[in-house]
Amino acid sequence: MTGTQGAQGIDGADGTQGTQDVDSADRTDGTGAGERRRAVLERLAELAAEHERAIAGGGPKYVRRHRERGKLLARERIELLVDEDSPFLELSALAAWGSDYPVGASMVTGIGVIEGTECVITANDPTVRGGASNPWTLRKALRANEIARVNRLPLVSLVESGGADLPSQKEIFIPGGALFRDLTRLSAEGVPTVAVVFGNSTAGGAYIPGMSDHVIMVEGRSKVFLGGPPLVRMATGEESDDESLGGADMHARVSGLADYFAADEQDALRTARRVVARLSWRKAGPAPRACPAPPRYDEDGLLDIVPADLREPFDPREVIVRIADDSQFDEFKPLYGPSLVTGWAQVHGYPVGVLANAQGVLFSAESQKAAQFIQLANQRDIPLLFLHNTTGYMVGREYEQGGIIKHGAMMINAVANSRVPHISLLLGASYGAGHYGMCGRAFDPRFLFAWPTAKSAVMGAAQLAGVLSIVARQSAAARGLPYDEEADGALRAAVEAQIEAESLPLFLSGRLYDDGVIDPRDTRTVLGICLSAVHSAPVEGARGGFGVFRM
Amino acid sequence: MIGTVLVANRGEIARRVMRICREMGIGTVAVYSGADADAPHVREADSAVRLPGDAPADSYLRGDAIVAAALAAGADAVHPGYGFLSENAEFAAAVLAAGLVWIGPPPRVVAAMGSKTRAKRLMAQAGVPVLDGTGAAAPLLVKASAGGGGRGMRIVRELADLEAQLAAARAEAQAAFGDGEVFVEPYVEDGRHVEVQILADVHGTVWTLGTRDCSVQRRHQKVIEETPAPGLRDLTERQLLEYADAAARAVGYVGAGTVEFLVGADGSAYFLEMNTRLQVEHPVTELVTGLDLVREQIRIAEGRRLPERPPVPHGHAVEARLYAEDPAHEWRPGTGVLHRFALPAGPGLRVDSGVADGSVIGVHYDAMLAKVAAYADTREEALRLLAYALRRAVLHGPVTNRDLLVRVLGDPRFVAGGVPTSYLEGLPPAPAPDGGALRLAALAAALADAAGRHPAGGWRNVPSQPQVKRFRAADGGEYEARYRLTRDGLAADDHPRVALVSSAPDRVVLDVGGVRREFAVARYGEAVFVDSAAGAVALTAVPRFPPPVGRTAPGSLLAPMPGTVVRVAGVAVGDRVTAGQPLLWLEAMKMEHRVTAPADGTLTALHAEPGWQVEVGAVLAVVSAAAAESAQA
Repeated sequence: MTGTQGAQGIDGADGTQGTQDVDSADRTDGTGAGERRRAVLERLAELAAEHERAIAGGGPKYVRRHRERGKLLARERIELLVDEDSPFLELSALAAWGSDYPVGASMVTGIGVIEGTECVITANDPTVRGGASNPWTLRKALRANEIARVNRLPLVSLVESGGADLPSQKEIFIPGGALFRDLTRLSAEGVPTVAVVFGNSTAGGAYIPGMSDHVIMVEGRSKVFLGGPPLVRMATGEESDDESLGGADMHARVSGLADYFAADEQDALRTARRVVARLSWRKAGPAPRACPAPPRYDEDGLLDIVPADLREPFDPREVIVRIADDSQFDEFKPLYGPSLVTGWAQVHGYPVGVLANAQGVLFSAESQKAAQFIQLANQRDIPLLFLHNTTGYMVGREYEQGGIIKHGAMMINAVANSRVPHISLLLGASYGAGHYGMCGRAFDPRFLFAWPTAKSAVMGAAQLAGVLSIVARQSAAARGLPYDEEADGALRAAVEAQIEAESLPLFLSGRLYDDGVIDPRDTRTVLGICLSAVHSAPVEGARGGFGVFRM
Repeated sequence: MIGTVLVANRGEIARRVMRICREMGIGTVAVYSGADADAPHVREADSAVRLPGDAPADSYLRGDAIVAAALAAGADAVHPGYGFLSENAEFAAAVLAAGLVWIGPPPRVVAAMGSKTRAKRLMAQAGVPVLDGTGAAAPLLVKASAGGGGRGMRIVRELADLEAQLAAARAEAQAAFGDGEVFVEPYVEDGRHVEVQILADVHGTVWTLGTRDCSVQRRHQKVIEETPAPGLRDLTERQLLEYADAAARAVGYVGAGTVEFLVGADGSAYFLEMNTRLQVEHPVTELVTGLDLVREQIRIAEGRRLPERPPVPHGHAVEARLYAEDPAHEWRPGTGVLHRFALPAGPGLRVDSGVADGSVIGVHYDAMLAKVAAYADTREEALRLLAYALRRAVLHGPVTNRDLLVRVLGDPRFVAGGVPTSYLEGLPPAPAPDGGALRLAALAAALADAAGRHPAGGWRNVPSQPQVKRFRAADGGEYEARYRLTRDGLAADDHPRVALVSSAPDRVVLDVGGVRREFAVARYGEAVFVDSAAGAVALTAVPRFPPPVGRTAPGSLLAPMPGTVVRVAGVAVGDRVTAGQPLLWLEAMKMEHRVTAPADGTLTALHAEPGWQVEVGAVLAVVSAAAAESAQA
């Protein structure tokens, strides 16, 4: 096989299946491997530190106060809720990073297994400003709801929130209605919703249990009412107390809002597990193949692949052989449009079609190849995995005249209208329209994760600064003004630094542009959990239904 | 020639008799109670006959039913084993009267030795020393003449108490054995229990087959037995063999029997009793002589002749009785399913068991699971081998006395030899369990459990806390395993030097400070057994969540629906009521609803009389809780 970098395709020894063993180049003694590893490990340490900040919640003082009330932390509640020794994929862990709000956005969300059923779990972190929702909390919760809806995963909400963070109400109040809309729409679509109320869930928050299918409240702890005693007195003059307005006992015996009356937090979590067990939830997608073989290459090698300088290309097959079952990858059209690798593989027993950038740039051939491959996956109901390392579609006279816009549009048309589940993983660069063509965030991949080595922006920071400089220079020239070269240098540097910072995974993850930044060595596990999750819903490709392909 | 033997017994002895029958080409018939329908001795017999009930009195003690079973199944001989009817002269006579061969001594001998007072008289006449209670000084021992197994036995330390104790012993003996005869003998402090195995044929040959020491006893039940009895003076040993020979000849003994002696600290020996049957502890004698005593019993019953001289014993054998009982709790018998039962096998080891994997240990019979015996050239080696076999025994089921046995076998006082029958009472209490070993076992149990649950092993992309599993040890102590399994391996709190080599639901291999240790883990519901070279640990998995609590429902004194008061319980205002006590009944929609007291307290108001119509939510009664807070209703 030609046209590949550092990897050779060799027909499988048995030959009968036509599968290919893809040999991995030994990168451990190759040039720059140590450097790459060092760079990734440094960023992973940085990532771990940010995760620690999210775990620390409201800090030692508020954690202590919370515990002194005999309450469990948000993550402790989740740990007791999910099955022993089962995996838990936390989502949007870095939400609000780089904002004025604490990292994690006072909420924990993720996919976990409860009584054998994969669920989306959300939990308010009451140690952060009483679990109050800020604009990032809202976006994080809405993203979790979306994952529950599109993948048909039961949603379990562990509620304890003082409601909206009032100073930022302008950014929460109006869009926040979507939280309640989502719950009832999930219910309408037959996706079960369970609310466990551990504490405050008042005013607008009262609709979380109000809109859920199953509600569990904790004796002496849950507080669910539209208006508390002061508000009631202001409104009607009635004297009242928390317990009679919204206690668990009242809701279990009088209002009927609570279906289950738990003695304490543990009892509530035990009850929630029983409720989920009795959902008798069946996944709608096909089951994975049994006993998939692990990759033949060590996951550890995933740290040696992406160069610190993204201008240097790398072979995505090195990644594929480390995440695919038995390292088997059957390449599609290997000789045509070689800058985009396409092919079939299996991850944790689930078939996937893989699209991976090999040379960064997407040309017309690559775009057409992608459009064809995506249509094939839709005909076969096979989920797609996009491995990003693209600088975008090729520019230049030759390429414009060759119809690069038409061909890029074909690829984006195919991606946008494809109906099989998409999972995107940003390995390296994800710039320009290439980000769109490779199923960027706006194209609603079911899941999108980034490696710490990834960068995403409209274009590279240096290019963007350069473009700005050229435009400024042209503008000056047009007006016949002299160009201030010194100021230009400073501007370029400032713009480059800003764009670089805003292209980095922590920043993008903080803005919920991905579902999390992951350790490259966890890639196969994360993909396995995501593939299993997407198979909770039916996996059906588009039969036709694409936009007009401009030929 | 005997063609088919009915074994009138159960458990290990029934299996053991049948095994040699098979080796001799003799057919076997088992009898069994309802509780033993699936027992190994039934499965292993050529044919089996069901006895009427479950309890021994309805089954293995029903001589008439057993004789009928022998005839029905075509047996031509009956082997009684030990216990049950083995020393019942009437049964022996009934067997003979039915034209069957009785594999045991003649009924008259059985009868003569059955009464301890009569036996003592006979022995005294034959020149065998006996303990004479007449005119003796305290301490004294009061015994039931028909007794056995220590029942009805009591020590009298003050002569003034004697009359009262005699009266009590008579009453107890009458109740237990239907025979109120008791006798008194001097109580020998620090006495040892030493016995001699004899074998006699119908042609007048009598063999004495060495001494057995059975001094390690709990509540007069033997626990550890060995041969030869250690540390006896030559003279004492010679005397014991001579007395046993004399005793056997004095009564015209035939078959296998045992003469039991009490040996004082000064080496003086006194006749205690003669057991006219095979003893539980006979295997130790077989191990040192190479004989099979059951084979010899059968040969003697067939009228065959013993060689003139018995084989010369070689080496030392020791046997431990493995019981399903808890030495730490008054020897309380354990019951339940014995999920797994396996002992090391090898040269020098012998296991006689009546149980197999899955056996149910019930309440009807003796709780002995097995006899484990070891044989070696020297006593020290035999003790070591037996202790090893017991330590490595896989015993997944009710609590056993295994740890106690291992402790005794390693106790310097026992190892020195010659302990008295009071030895176990003076044994220091079990040392506190080794916390480190238990923690490690709990960790192994947790990792085995994890291996069986999810291949991803608690994977987290944002790790915040370890997986936690708790186990309770036999002493009630709780051990918490807190661990994470990461790509860097095992990270377990409190186990910094432990690495995971491999784990599977039934086997965990750990590297503990550079030493590889293997743990076999088995789980049956909440019960977890961790077996390793370091010993066996039984744990109970503590449920993740405390069991749901039942809550009394305050407010149940409100009328639950509109209806008519049908009845009011006989209570009046001011009465004490207890939680859950019915106070009145309402009829509505053709159903009767009970209104009960929500808590312990005092009835302070009652607004109901039969025939009253009540609306939903009407206050029917008020109970003021004991703790002064009123359950207003």
